[in-house]
Amino acid sequence: MAKLVGQPIKRVEDPRFIQGRGGYVTNITLPGMASVAIKRSPVAHARIVSIDASKAEALNGVIAVFTGKDLIDGGTGKLPCGWNVPNIKVPDRWAIQPVGDKVRHVGDAVAAVVAESPYIAQDALDLIEVQYEELPAVIGAKSAASNKTLVHDSVADNITYTWPLGDHAAVEQALAESDTVVTLDLTNQRLIPNAMETRAAVAQWNRYTEEMTLWTTSQNPHPIRLLLSAFTLGIPENKLRVISPDVGGGFGSKIFHYPEEIIVPWIARKIDRPCKWVATRSEASVTDSQGRDHVSTAKLGLKNDGTITGLFVETHADMGAYISTFAPLIPTAFYVCLLSGLYKIPSIYCNVVATMTNTVPVDAYRGAGRPEAAYLVERLMDLACRKLKMDPIAFRRHNFIKPSEFPYQTPVAMMYDSGNYDGLFDKAIASSGYHELIAKRDQARKEGKIAGVGIAGCIEASGPAPSKVAGALGSAVGFWESAVIRMHPTGKATLFTGAHSHGQGHETAFAQIISDELGIPMADVEVVHGDTGKVPFGMGTYGSRSLSVGGSAIVKAAEKVRTKMIKIAAHQLEAAVEDIVFDQSTGKAYVKGSPAKSKGTFDMTFAAYTAHNLPDGLEPGLEENSFYDPANFTFPNSCHIAYVEIDSGTGRVDLQQYCAVDDVGNVVNPMIVEGQITGGIAQGIGQALYEYGAYDSDGQPQSATFMDYAMPRADCFPMIHTDRTVTPSPHNPLGVKGAGEMGTIAATVTAANAVMDALAPMNISHLDMPLTPEKIWSAINKK
Amino acid sequence: MYPAPFEYYRAETAQEATELLSKHVGAKILAGGHSLVPAMKYRVAAPSALVDIGRLNLNYITAAEGVLKIGALSTHATVASSDVVKHNCAIIAQGAAGIGDQMVRNRGTIGGSLAHSDPQADYPTLVTCVGATIKTSSGKSYNADTFFKDMLTTALEENDIITEITMPVYGSGTGGFYYKIPHPASGYAVAGAAALVTVEAGICKRVSLVVGGATVNPVRAVEAEAYLVGKAPTSENIKAAAAMVAQVIKNPMGDGYASGAYRTHLAGVASERTLVEAVHRAA
Repeated sequence: MAKLVGQPIKRVEDPRFIQGRGGYVTNITLPGMASVAIKRSPVAHARIVSIDASKAEALNGVIAVFTGKDLIDGGTGKLPCGWNVPNIKVPDRWAIQPVGDKVRHVGDAVAAVVAESPYIAQDALDLIEVQYEELPAVIGAKSAASNKTLVHDSVADNITYTWPLGDHAAVEQALAESDTVVTLDLTNQRLIPNAMETRAAVAQWNRYTEEMTLWTTSQNPHPIRLLLSAFTLGIPENKLRVISPDVGGGFGSKIFHYPEEIIVPWIARKIDRPCKWVATRSEASVTDSQGRDHVSTAKLGLKNDGTITGLFVETHADMGAYISTFAPLIPTAFYVCLLSGLYKIPSIYCNVVATMTNTVPVDAYRGAGRPEAAYLVERLMDLACRKLKMDPIAFRRHNFIKPSEFPYQTPVAMMYDSGNYDGLFDKAIASSGYHELIAKRDQARKEGKIAGVGIAGCIEASGPAPSKVAGALGSAVGFWESAVIRMHPTGKATLFTGAHSHGQGHETAFAQIISDELGIPMADVEVVHGDTGKVPFGMGTYGSRSLSVGGSAIVKAAEKVRTKMIKIAAHQLEAAVEDIVFDQSTGKAYVKGSPAKSKGTFDMTFAAYTAHNLPDGLEPGLEENSFYDPANFTFPNSCHIAYVEIDSGTGRVDLQQYCAVDDVGNVVNPMIVEGQITGGIAQGIGQALYEYGAYDSDGQPQSATFMDYAMPRADCFPMIHTDRTVTPSPHNPLGVKGAGEMGTIAATVTAANAVMDALAPMNISHLDMPLTPEKIWSAINKK
Repeated sequence: MYPAPFEYYRAETAQEATELLSKHVGAKILAGGHSLVPAMKYRVAAPSALVDIGRLNLNYITAAEGVLKIGALSTHATVASSDVVKHNCAIIAQGAAGIGDQMVRNRGTIGGSLAHSDPQADYPTLVTCVGATIKTSSGKSYNADTFFKDMLTTALEENDIITEITMPVYGSGTGGFYYKIPHPASGYAVAGAAALVTVEAGICKRVSLVVGGATVNPVRAVEAEAYLVGKAPTSENIKAAAAMVAQVIKNPMGDGYASGAYRTHLAGVASERTLVEAVHRAA
């Protein structure tokens, strides 16, 4: 059997998705199931004076209406924060805000209806009368800190934490001693994740066993079960099963613990009936945690020869109305620690001021902190080139960390594992035809067109690790991953993985790994994930960790399976264990030098289960597990290049060419990687050119529907060319690095740099995203 | 979607539809439903009843004696792909092909679009440009130039139903084009300009130029039209004419994506580009 790792195997999960046979939470229908709908605040900031649900309760088909007090009195707890940075103030957050407390963003829950149908439930929402005492809204990541109005009385100045890192004095000195300093004020605008499947929850209470089953659209069902048990719902972990079946995209927004995961099971137990809630798209826009939203000032010190001397950054990060589960991680360790980019920067200092506002909470969104870092660093690099009149590639190369310098300790905590950034750029320059693009741009400019070439080199830290360090940084959880491989008597295998697939293709990639490790066909491997009733505790999928961490656990478990099979084979072939060869391409074990007389997978697994002829002391059965805790992050890196032309009449950006070269280490399935990179690029360009989760000064969302929120579409893109370099990660047995977020991280700034290069002849140095036509047209025409 | 409760009636004839509408206060006509149903989804619209006119015999396209007749229930996809429309009034087919996306075009109807009169819809601009007549079940006829009255408001009387849109055909010597600058999210026109230009012996004989999207109703760029008539359709003349378009844009709409001033500018850009293409097609 040919090795499958490295092959572009078609995804085994796709036939069911393409044919509409995916098993999503929304598709679950249980006997006697009732529908839950949530009454949400139409205002951004108000005290809840009173709630009159009598008309709703009187509506035919309404089973009950519950308020915040009902849930609190019924034993539910506050939503906890899972990443506690030093001195953070985590304000109270209930599943439903009780009367007397406040609503703090449009979409905040004030009551829940349970009814015989979703239609009746929605009708009932219109009949609930809530009296609000409206308060001024706090809006703006930076201005929140000086706003007299407080989102939470317990959070003075609306600042939940500050997070400085680096040697401030050293940076100030470096800047003072520089030949020149480039300054950049930027906004990294808020985004709405918009996974294709909206969030949903179904809960079933078993009154006989007192067990609760919750189906929820989560990227990580075990941590959700832990939080529900320990903090919010109070049902012990051994009585609580959380299942996240097929999930239609997450992009980070489905990592977090959401109020509906408390409300729905609480009601199901209360009324002793299965309950279902499915977010409408409108609800998703005002309740799914959102992304980005930074306001930053940066200063980059330079010598005249192009050497970077120091970087100063101050960032205000908008946390929204509450601290979402992992929110404090994003603008800290996932952002500040990446500010060194691909470069040797002798000193870096960044202070993050995290503020509370009357907006939807902000948390991880594809890239999560790292696109913000890449955007800031790579915009600065282009501005530095402009100021020094240096070529953008020569300037970057001058400052690169060289291959011989790995492992490289940055001034912002990260220890990069490996990389060859010159090689990466060489490949991207060749692959994109960079010099031809520059010639094309120059020719276009001669013809009076507005054209630009953008380049960016970006770093990512994926697969957060190790658990010990995560704990020291404030994490309430570890970042290891689990795998169990259960060999069945007939030689088939079931993998139980703690990672969770919601679009990543784990069922294919993981089966490829096991096939190679054990020498059995892919079709003989079943991949099970997303069910706490079946799978050992696992951390789920985010941070581009599934292959580097989850895949490594699979390799480790497979090694144990092989070891036991070898013991069985040695016993049956009457040879010493050391003399047995296990051929991973065939799954056969034989005595060294005698391949003709071998034991196949079936022989060994069947023997393990009959236990008729096992070596003394060897337990029957064949099932092995691994809990793999990686030694470090992996550090994917990329060079992306884009060519744009701008319509001078309208200001519209026409992205004409895009080339991405990424180093994601070894690749298990190149087709899946290409899909991940390409999709990530689309998402990144979405931020650069189209998307903006805007609020007005009253806290009303201005783009809460697809009539206003511009998701990029297929016709927004040229054919995206992807290519790779491979420097295997030394930290994991597969040599892989994360591939899920690199596209997004690099694409935003690549597209922005291309647009700003196009506008360079007009002396426009920076525009904030999204680079919409009017913004560009106004800049060109100095309006 | 979870709309507020409503009753549903299906009319077999226009007369029955009118009767149902007058009988049920707060009833709305359902044709393609592609404006009404989303409004019901958001509960912005909560009609007491829907009167489905989908079975009425209004799905036809004919051309005879210089007049193109389009039944009000013709979908955008039908109009866009109709050889009769392409041959007799090509601008309508070209414009219809750019409405929404394929799914919208498969369901949305020309009558529904005109009755709804969304300020950023394409059909109001298109039918005004070609000088269409809008006919109704009560026997009334409206000239498109005076049909659109205000934001989402037309001259249509209560419970009257658009049955047919007629328009003069045009052939060689006349070119038409609709240039739309779409909103990246909704696909609606931030600005759209429709032009019909008749060129004889190198001179513009007749010019119709209508811009939509920037204002609550489409507006005819009368100064630009007058400027071009009698002149050669050179790029300089077209540019000069397009520069006059801003004069007719009164109280432009603005939002977070495109301000009123920018939309006014875009109306000029779209006008210039559509005139160039219309002249090209007149040749």
